[in-house]
Amino acid sequence: MSRNAPVRTRERGRSRVRGGARTALRAAASGAVRLAYALGLPAALLALWWALTARGGSFYYPPLGDIAAAFTDTWLTGGRLARDVAPSLARLAAGWAGAVLLGVGLGLLLGLRPRLRALAEPLLAFCRAVPPPVLIPVLMLVAGIGNGMKVAVIVTGAVWPVLLNTIQGVRSLDEVLSDTARCYGVTGAARLRRLVLPAAAPAIVTGMRQALSLAIILMVIGEMFASSSGLGFAIVQFQRGFAIPEMWSGIFLLGLVGFGLSLLFGLFEARALGWYHGQRGLARGAGGARRAARPRERAGGDTRAGDAGTASARDEE
Amino acid sequence: MAWYQHRRTRAVPESLLGPAGLLLAAALVEVLPRAGLVPAEYLPPLSAMAGALAGEAGDAAFWRALRDTLTGWGAGLALATAAGVLLGLVIGRAEPLRRATASTIEFLRPIPSVALVPLAVLLHGTGPRATLLLVVYAAVWPVLLQVLAGVRDVDPVARDTAAVFRLPTLTRLRHLLWPTLLPYLMTGLRLAASVALILAVTAQLVIGSPGLGREIALAQAANAVERMYALVIVTGLLGVCVNAGARALERRVLFWHTSERTEAAA
Repeated sequence: MSRNAPVRTRERGRSRVRGGARTALRAAASGAVRLAYALGLPAALLALWWALTARGGSFYYPPLGDIAAAFTDTWLTGGRLARDVAPSLARLAAGWAGAVLLGVGLGLLLGLRPRLRALAEPLLAFCRAVPPPVLIPVLMLVAGIGNGMKVAVIVTGAVWPVLLNTIQGVRSLDEVLSDTARCYGVTGAARLRRLVLPAAAPAIVTGMRQALSLAIILMVIGEMFASSSGLGFAIVQFQRGFAIPEMWSGIFLLGLVGFGLSLLFGLFEARALGWYHGQRGLARGAGGARRAARPRERAGGDTRAGDAGTASARDEE
Repeated sequence: MAWYQHRRTRAVPESLLGPAGLLLAAALVEVLPRAGLVPAEYLPPLSAMAGALAGEAGDAAFWRALRDTLTGWGAGLALATAAGVLLGLVIGRAEPLRRATASTIEFLRPIPSVALVPLAVLLHGTGPRATLLLVVYAAVWPVLLQVLAGVRDVDPVARDTAAVFRLPTLTRLRHLLWPTLLPYLMTGLRLAASVALILAVTAQLVIGSPGLGREIALAQAANAVERMYALVIVTGLLGVCVNAGARALERRVLFWHTSERTEAAA
C-alpha cells in the first residue's frame, strides 16, 4: 500500500485540476468496490445456504429462514438474552479482568526480579502447557459448580498469556532508558508507571487479546460442562433436545459475541496503543529498509492456545 | 546489567534455580495436604498422584486413551496444516481473492471453536471424528493467517527482479516464496500444534469421545481424585512435549534465518 501512495497523490492532484466532481465520483466508486469486496463473499455464502436449504433442507442443516426465526424467538423475544447471555458475559468479564490483573501483577514482579523468574520458569512452562479446559474438573472439586468455579476456570486458564507476555515485555525494557531513569533517580512507583508499564504495554495488550479469546472458550466449556444457565448451557440443551434451528441460532450468537468482542478489543487496542503504532509507523517509514526480523505474531491474537509469550516479544525486538 | 553494577556472587547459581523451583513446588504439593493445610480430597499429596500415575502406566486403557489423544491431535494438525497452506497460497497469491475473503476470515476467526461442539456431536456422535472436526477448525486459522502474511511479505524488489529476469514459476516458488514463507509457516505450525492439543483434550472432555480428556471426566465423576490429577499431569507433560518439539523443529528448519542465528549468538 505504502508503495502506491505517491502515485495516488499525483493522480488526485491532477483530477483536482479538472474538477472536484470526478474526485468525488472516484472516491464513491472505490468505496463501493471496497464494500462489494467486504460483503460479497458473506452474502454469496448465505445465499448459497439459503438456496440449498430452501426446500426443507436436511435435518442437521435447517433452512436459513428457520434459523433466523428461531434466533428472534429464542434470544430476542424469548428473553433468553437476559437469562443466559447476560450471566455468561458477566462471568466472562469477571474472569478476564481477574486474569489480566493477576497476570500483569505477577508478570511485573517476575519480570523485575530475575532470580525469582529463574526459580519459577520451568514451573510456569509446565502450568502453561496444561490444556486449560482440563482445569474444569479440578476446580469443580474445590469450588463446586457455581459461578465461582466458572470465573476461577477463566482466570486460571486465561492468566498465562497475560503473565508470560508481561514478563517478556518487562524483560525487553530498553537498557538505555532504564539506565537514564536510574541516573535521574526515577525509582519505585514512578519508575513502574512511567517506564516499565509503557514499555511493556504492547506485549501486555497482545497477551490480553489472547486471554480474551481463551476466556470465551473457557466460559462456554465451563457452562457446557456443568451449569444451569449461560450461552454454552443453552446451546448444549438445544442440541440434546434436537432443537436444531435453535442450536444453530445459538452457534451464530456465539459467533457474533466472539466477533463483537474482538471488534471492541480492536478499538481498545487502537486507543491504548495509538502512540505505539504511530511510533512504529514512523520508524518504518523513515527507515525504509525492510527488517529481516521474524514475522510479527499478528496471529498471536488467534492463538487460542495462549502460546505466544516467548515468540511475540522476541519478534518485536 | 549496567556496567557500574557489581555482580554479587550468590549462593545458588542461576542454572539451578529452575529445578529448585520445581522441587519446591513438588514439596509444597506433598506437604500441604499431609499437614492438613489443604483437604486431601481437594489436593492429594504428590506421592499419591505418582502412585496413581504408576497404576495408570500398567493399564492398557490409559495407553489406548493416550494413543487416541495423540492420533486426534496429529491427524487434526496435519489436515489443518494442509488446508491452511493450500488455502493460504491460493488466496494469498491473488489480490482480488484476498480482498474478497478478508471480511469472511475476519468474521470466522474469532468464533470460538467450541461453538461447534453441538454440531460435532450431531454429525459424528461421540466418535473420534467429532474431535477431529473441532481440532481442524481451531488449528486451521493460525496456519492460514501466517501463510497469508508470509505470501504478502515477499520482498517487492526481489519479486520485480524475478519478473524482469523471467524466472520460471517453479524457481520463483523455490527461491522467492519459500524462504519468505517458511518462518511464518513455522510460527503458524507451532501455534496450531498447541491449539490442536487443547482442542483435542477439550473435545474428549466435553463430548466424551475416547481419549485422555474423557478419562479425566470419568475419574472426576468417580471421585478418583488422585487418578484425575495424574491424568491432568500427563496432559501437561504432553503440552510441554508439543511445545518443545515445535521449537526444536523450528530451530532445525530455520537454522539459516536471522532470528535463529541471533538467538544462538546471544
